[in-house]
Amino acid sequence: MRTTDTNEAALISRILAGEKELFHELIRPYEHMVYLTLFSILKNDTDAEDGAQEAIINSYRHLASFRGDAKFSTWLTTIALNEGRKRLRKAKGAAEDSIEAETEAHEGDYTPAPLTDWREIPLEALERKELREALRTAVAELPDIYRQVFVLRDMEELNIEETSQALGINSGAVKVRLHRARMMLQKRLVPFLKTTAPARKGFFRRAP
Amino acid sequence: MKLDCKHVWEHISEYIDKTVDAKTREEIELHLEHCEICSAILDSTRNILVLTADDRTFELPVGYSERLHERLAKELESSGKDSEEE
Repeated sequence: MRTTDTNEAALISRILAGEKELFHELIRPYEHMVYLTLFSILKNDTDAEDGAQEAIINSYRHLASFRGDAKFSTWLTTIALNEGRKRLRKAKGAAEDSIEAETEAHEGDYTPAPLTDWREIPLEALERKELREALRTAVAELPDIYRQVFVLRDMEELNIEETSQALGINSGAVKVRLHRARMMLQKRLVPFLKTTAPARKGFFRRAP
Repeated sequence: MKLDCKHVWEHISEYIDKTVDAKTREEIELHLEHCEICSAILDSTRNILVLTADDRTFELPVGYSERLHERLAKELESSGKDSEEE
């Protein structure tokens, strides 16, 4: 969205030139995203909200250091991630130092769960509140490194390059982590999808 | 070469994102034509992404935006005091 970028650049210059009130307008499209980023790290509404406010205020204070070589959204996401990590460290104490230390070593099961009555996963099922609730929980319970990539890619819709910049990992790692995150979620949510699926008669099935 | 299910699963994410190379894409599509299991996995994964993108799934706390802009207004006001000197 080139227009967004241009508008943003203009807004930012005006804010820096003294029209501070425009910061409200600049941040409005991103306030949801900042919240989700904080939530993905802190997993709790109150902390996420406090952190989001703090991150946004920080972004205002440091707006002059935004160079425009990255997208504003990526820059803002980096600030939000840092705020989240800072809070997490504080909460965990010095004992468990950094979430950066997490590696790809999780011996998870990244294969998806087979469904057989899949044709009956009705779109209405997606309307159900329990399913949304289950997804929220499942996302919150993903291991940190997978959750962060999932949140940036699939919730905030950053592209691979932007995600890799924001998290400081290479694009290969973004892809691998995203794939694993999605497969873990698929596995977790299949039972919910299944319960809504009446058996389909006469439909070709094979054993998993 | 014929792809087996496991191989298809490895590429599901890239397939959804359309970042898989043309040849693999074709092989996957061929496989999906006759494999209900993989089609189901693909569909359910896609559904999860649809659900993820649904604003109602990850709602903001009530009043979040109001509280944020209120706090921001205070910040903007107080920051004005020192930046007006420049």
